[in-house]
Amino acid sequence: MGMPTVVPQQRFERETYLNKEYGIWSWLLTTDHKRIALLYLISITFFFFIGGFFALLIRLELLTPAGDLVQADTYNKLFTQHGMVMVFFFLIPSIPATLGNFLVPMMVGAKDLAFPRINLLSWYLYIIGGIIMLHCMLTGGVDTGWTFYVPFSSNFTNTKFVEAGIAIFIAGFSSILTGLNFVVTIHRMRAPGMTWSRLPLFIWAHYATSIIQLLGTPVVAITIVLVACERALHLGIFDPKLGGDPVLFQHLFWFYSHPAVYIMILPAMGVVTEIIPCFSRKRIFGYQFVALSSIAIAVFGFLVWAHHMFVAGISVYSALVFSFLSYAVALPSAIKVFNWTATLYKGSIRYDAPMLYAFGFLGLFTIGGLSGLFLAALGINVHVTDTYFVVAHFHYIMVGGAVMGYLGGMHFWWPKISGKLYPEGWARLAALIVFIGFNLTFFPQFVLGYLGMPRRYYDYSHMPEFQVLNVLSTAGATVLGVGYLLPMVYFLWSMRYGKPASDNPWNAAGLEWKTASPPPTFNFDEEPVVTWEAYNYDELDAPPQAQEVTVA
Amino acid sequence: MLNDFPLWPQQASTLAHRVDALYIFLLIITGMMALLVCTLVIYFAARFRKRAGVRAEQIEGSNALEITWSVIPFCIFMVIFAWGAVVYFSQRTPPADATEVYVVAKQWMWKVEHAEGQREINELHVPVGRDVKLIMTSQDVIHSFYIPAFRVKQDVLPGRYTVEWFRATKPGTYHLFCAEYCGTQHSGMVGNIVVLEPAQYEAWINAGPNGPLSDSGEKVFAELGCSTCHRSDVQGRGPNLQGVFGNPVELEDGRTVTADENYLRESILDPGAKRVKGFKPIMPTFQGLLTEEQVNELVAYIKSISSKPAGVKTTASAASQTQAQRNGSQVQ
Repeated sequence: MGMPTVVPQQRFERETYLNKEYGIWSWLLTTDHKRIALLYLISITFFFFIGGFFALLIRLELLTPAGDLVQADTYNKLFTQHGMVMVFFFLIPSIPATLGNFLVPMMVGAKDLAFPRINLLSWYLYIIGGIIMLHCMLTGGVDTGWTFYVPFSSNFTNTKFVEAGIAIFIAGFSSILTGLNFVVTIHRMRAPGMTWSRLPLFIWAHYATSIIQLLGTPVVAITIVLVACERALHLGIFDPKLGGDPVLFQHLFWFYSHPAVYIMILPAMGVVTEIIPCFSRKRIFGYQFVALSSIAIAVFGFLVWAHHMFVAGISVYSALVFSFLSYAVALPSAIKVFNWTATLYKGSIRYDAPMLYAFGFLGLFTIGGLSGLFLAALGINVHVTDTYFVVAHFHYIMVGGAVMGYLGGMHFWWPKISGKLYPEGWARLAALIVFIGFNLTFFPQFVLGYLGMPRRYYDYSHMPEFQVLNVLSTAGATVLGVGYLLPMVYFLWSMRYGKPASDNPWNAAGLEWKTASPPPTFNFDEEPVVTWEAYNYDELDAPPQAQEVTVA
Repeated sequence: MLNDFPLWPQQASTLAHRVDALYIFLLIITGMMALLVCTLVIYFAARFRKRAGVRAEQIEGSNALEITWSVIPFCIFMVIFAWGAVVYFSQRTPPADATEVYVVAKQWMWKVEHAEGQREINELHVPVGRDVKLIMTSQDVIHSFYIPAFRVKQDVLPGRYTVEWFRATKPGTYHLFCAEYCGTQHSGMVGNIVVLEPAQYEAWINAGPNGPLSDSGEKVFAELGCSTCHRSDVQGRGPNLQGVFGNPVELEDGRTVTADENYLRESILDPGAKRVKGFKPIMPTFQGLLTEEQVNELVAYIKSISSKPAGVKTTASAASQTQAQRNGSQVQ
């Protein structure tokens, strides 16, 4: 379990995507998917820390029962903007737009994505949306909750909902375009021999994600337009005073926003599916089950939206159907967890930082998924919906799962992206801090939720008995904050001071490791021809293994 | 027992124990699943850590295992699903003879009107051991009426009635929360559910200054001139409302609907939406002319002229009789 292998300094400067051109325009006008991935990486990191700052203020406010740190309206804007920034400007683009952008063409053996210019356009749309969102937040903000339920958002709030809506609407197109690019690339640009059954499961996960982005995102865009129309033009769509139906809004909103959860978690599952075989030195257990479970999640994910609405005024019978389907969608996730676990069996396991993140993902995603079984149970849902139980549940999935996967992937592919090695000791420490901080922050919230503390409460002086658990949660959040800052610091540090990485420091399978670190602009010096199955760790380990035996 | 445990919510309704039983079952099941996965991961990670000279053993997968770990969880899921559905049906189906209370939510308070005439704000007094049905609507945005100790919650929507019911099992004061984000003072939209012994409750309910809700409704009915068309003696230009509540109504477009609270409400505020067969569309809308409280009073009145004479439960007329004898001692 030693450090990744270090190669001596190269004698001459090899041309890579990083040093081919210099200057601001070589970045802002690039069509190289790897450079665009870095543009996204910088932008989403920026938004992650903005969203994280809001989260910190939320936790500080909840340290005491009384509302004493900020005003009620300010608090409402904080949790609204925390949600909007984290969901639309960090989590949805997180893995697909950075790691996905960087790796999808390389993993299938292509020079770039199918539509490089559209890829750049998608980043610009994201940035335009992001700037509008920033402008909205700096000039008053919005307080509707990221779910912007009507008629509050359409006819009651006097904050800047329309502007936030425009920001999300525009950023939504960036998500659609990324999905489109991936689907076409995966269908049309695979290298010779790269059949569907040889694709890395990261690609399968991104394929499933892209389908959701393509089919789901337009629905939320339309919903935002409808709310804006009602707000600006007083068309009666959702407001009962104008003859509309507020529950219809919730159907439309969750038709996108439930599958959106899978936009966030599927790529993280894909990352973990690459890391676990590499650090176990094994082929993934049950390749086709892991692949098809991604597709099953994408399909069933579209059929469970009303499980957010069991107390919203839907009929008892439709609740029954959606509860059943929610258990159906839980199954493919369970299958993945079992296959990852089985992959470890009889492996040769190393505990490098990416693997620690993958272990963390497994633990947190399992807890998050299992808590979903509580929420899908109708009788329990009535009690815990709209409480901190839900808050804990989706943070376990979207932060415990998705962000843990994202960080695992960043560590795994950082040598490929930057050509540098990060300090392994610090990276392991950060993984541990994130895991502990996360659990300390969010586990108490399950208990709070079952006790009945509603979410989005700025002041709980009516029920001071909830304070102890809230203090624990706030303490955990500060630990978690440190855990998230560390990787940013040592990744930046490694760009200047890190040791150079070899082309394949983990001795990992996958085409991206068969090219240089960092890769040349068109990824491969010559078009790869694939003659092997995915995760062929047996073949990779064969020659050095023989040498090791003789040495021992 | 669980009530003394500081990490467990109070159990104060007939539903609480049923929800908790399922919750405990789920804690055990999911605890076992989590333990299984964690144990295996930790054991494998330790047992199969990289050692010199030992290579990983490649295993392609196993259809038998895949089927096993799909079918067994699925069967467990179906047990949870069925159990959850049974509890949910109870939560969503109010007993027929429940005491009715009208709730109007607004930014940021709960207004409560008892059929007997008592009114409260951010408080709800209910008797122990009796089914209580809340008929709720909102004046503005969506709210949600949540009583953790009873394990009940229901969104309260503008423009329609939603219903929630419970039977309290223990006297005491419990939290009432708004659980659907509703704006600035969302976290201030809290209150108390006061569960009283039946005798105390009778004293309290009859101590109010107002007559029964249906009496107020009758006044509104007369003031608005409803009775000029909706006559009870002969067939007027509008349907006779005696006995209409709870019964099927044949509509002009051929459909048949049951005249429940939502139908009465809609027919007052949007008379053209579901017009009774054989009547002309001459009724004006009362949208914007009535407060939510007045709509509730009218609905209570129309229900009172449809229901059978006083039975076991406290009817409006029984309440008004006892009101004359009230002793003035108000129990809080």
